[in-house]
Amino acid sequence: MDVRSLEFKQRSVIALDEPNLQKALKQGKAGFQGNRARAIDLVPEWQQIRSDAKVMKDHTLENLDYYLLQYEAAVEANGGKVHWAPTAADANRIITELVTNAEAKLVVKGKSMVSEEVALNSALEAAGVQTVETDLGEYIIQLAGEPPSHIIAPAAHKTKEQVSDLFEKAHGGPRIEDRPGLVTQARHVLREKFMTADIGITGANLFIAESGQHVLVTNEGNGDLCSSVPKVQIVITSIDKIVPTLEDAAATIRLLARSGTGQHISNYTSLYGGPKAADELDGPEQYHVVLVDNGRSTMLGNAFRDMLRCIRCGACMNHCPVYGNVGGHAYGWVYPGPMGSVLTPNMVGLEQTMDLPNACTMNGRCAEVCPMSIPLPDLLREHRRLQFQRGLGGKVARGTLAAWAAVAKKPSIYQTLTRPAVKVMSYFGGKSGVYKTLPGLGSWTSQRDLPAPQGDTFMAQWRKQQKSKKS
Amino acid sequence: MSVDSSGVKSQVGLFVTCLVDLQRPSVGFAAIKLLELAGCDVDVPATQTCCGQPAFNNGDFDSAAALARQTIAALEDYDYVVAPSGSCAGTLKCHYPKLLADDPDWAARAATFADKVHELMSFLVDVRGLQPTALNAQFNANATYHDSCSSLREMGVKEQPRTLLQGVAGLEVVEMEDTEVCCGFGGTFCVKYPEISARIGSDKLSNAKATGADVLLGGDLGCLLNLSGRARREGTDLRVFHTAEVLAGMAERGIGEEIE
Ligand code: SF4
Repeated sequence: MDVRSLEFKQRSVIALDEPNLQKALKQGKAGFQGNRARAIDLVPEWQQIRSDAKVMKDHTLENLDYYLLQYEAAVEANGGKVHWAPTAADANRIITELVTNAEAKLVVKGKSMVSEEVALNSALEAAGVQTVETDLGEYIIQLAGEPPSHIIAPAAHKTKEQVSDLFEKAHGGPRIEDRPGLVTQARHVLREKFMTADIGITGANLFIAESGQHVLVTNEGNGDLCSSVPKVQIVITSIDKIVPTLEDAAATIRLLARSGTGQHISNYTSLYGGPKAADELDGPEQYHVVLVDNGRSTMLGNAFRDMLRCIRCGACMNHCPVYGNVGGHAYGWVYPGPMGSVLTPNMVGLEQTMDLPNACTMNGRCAEVCPMSIPLPDLLREHRRLQFQRGLGGKVARGTLAAWAAVAKKPSIYQTLTRPAVKVMSYFGGKSGVYKTLPGLGSWTSQRDLPAPQGDTFMAQWRKQQKSKKS
Repeated sequence: MSVDSSGVKSQVGLFVTCLVDLQRPSVGFAAIKLLELAGCDVDVPATQTCCGQPAFNNGDFDSAAALARQTIAALEDYDYVVAPSGSCAGTLKCHYPKLLADDPDWAARAATFADKVHELMSFLVDVRGLQPTALNAQFNANATYHDSCSSLREMGVKEQPRTLLQGVAGLEVVEMEDTEVCCGFGGTFCVKYPEISARIGSDKLSNAKATGADVLLGGDLGCLLNLSGRARREGTDLRVFHTAEVLAGMAERGIGEEIE
């Protein structure tokens, strides 16, 4: 998928005035935030589960090599196969080979953000394979030819009316307006695909080292049909999704469902581990897991390791005031919102994503709600540090900030320079009390008035007071 | 309460913050009045300027560290360091120790210093036990209070200003929807992404207006300048003050208000 993160500024401004998007975002936000808050209120030990999960995941990452090998051995013991994909291209090559070897014509897919990350669908398309997304949200955006705008609700930017339009065009009339009707129609269309597909590809929310199983969490059951009906099952996931034990998986699922959709548990939480055994009636004949690295092992060794705890629940974006106003597409790649602004520069390069770490007010609500206690603002600030270090970014802004810092480092010069400036601004601010425009401060005054300073500086007034007290 | 057992008053070094110094000194004087009411001796060392947060949040850690050393040297000898701003206090308390962690001469000093730092409202209530009944302030208004992000999340400020505001005669505080959501200021964010910032600010203003309040209060001047400026631009009729000004009985001309 093309990286369009450098267009963040333009696209975000357009998004602010897009009525359908704004409507969808407002509805989504209210639902996500309210449901999460209600679900968490019912779990008094929430903060404890949260901090235990952090400890568990930090330990796992510290010993990632050990657990990954343990997992591989367990999968093989179950009769499955693990494929290692250092890069996105490797992942696509491996899966395309598996698909062509099976002479597959039709692939059904469950929602997988890692497959979006590596752009698997276009790779399969290039190999002449038809791929049908079966998660309702993914199905909608596949029909619309758009990327996802949210990691757990890919069509979060679409209103019901827009979905009606899309379905009418794709499925033929009559136009359906109600939600259950739309879902039923999609279900009919997709049911046939499940039954005729040669291969099912899904992601994995987690995978378990001790048992060689992966966990799939969905609300529609589509992932389970993808996993159990076709003859070949392929799972694409990333190395950071591993947990050591089944207990660890259970604890993580408690956090995931509540943080994401505000459910106690998702409608379908399934464990898979290997192909159909000789004495089993159904299930796939082959079970393949493609483990994608794509920059993660680099993050393991740098300042971004904390980000590898992410369980992709989406809570950070659901509580982000920037995401909540501009939506996911403005971020220009696969992962939007706070977690995306940390991940994307790591995966596609800081030069391609200049705005992402900066388009954040540092309000900290994302870190507050993150079930894995990821210090998202600190990680965004780390990207800013790297940008500064490499001399990336606007010269004017850098110059202004450098001048401010230089003056602030010399208290007497600071006081000598600021006092006349403040007095002049206070004087010319005059009766109205604000500036409507001010040279050099256009970015402030384009959207707001600038309150004029009260008069003299605090420091000057304080000095005067102290003097008169002494005399 | 006003003196310790030996009869010595607590010495407070006030970190004025650059925005208060330049934009709105009345917040600094209100802070001093409240601190004295809470039994402290207040001093304002002249070698302080800006806490370095703009540099820090824009990735210039060297400049931020230089300002951190300067601020620590200016204020570390007081019993307490108090700032009328959650975000500046948060920089001093939460970020200086990280910034200077690898500096052998300063790491320990930064950590000791951090323990002394408080945001004004939480210092008055949590450390000094100031009671609302001890205030001597009148302000006839319906107000709503905006929880600025660093005050709330870095400095643990939530109930303290609300508790103290109960002691202001004539004042009614009504809670708004989404009071814990950002106002869109975000330091340099507001000039880098003015349109997004303005939208977030407008959402905050409409939540504030929806309570029927005619006054908006908060504890961080950055947020208040942003919100008052946006209110003036939109034509939203809301007076904006720093909480300290109201508590000290020093709320006269609101931020960005016309001179009568
Ligand atoms: S960063 Fe935290 S809140 Fe955001 S998706 Fe990952 S786990 Fe969820």
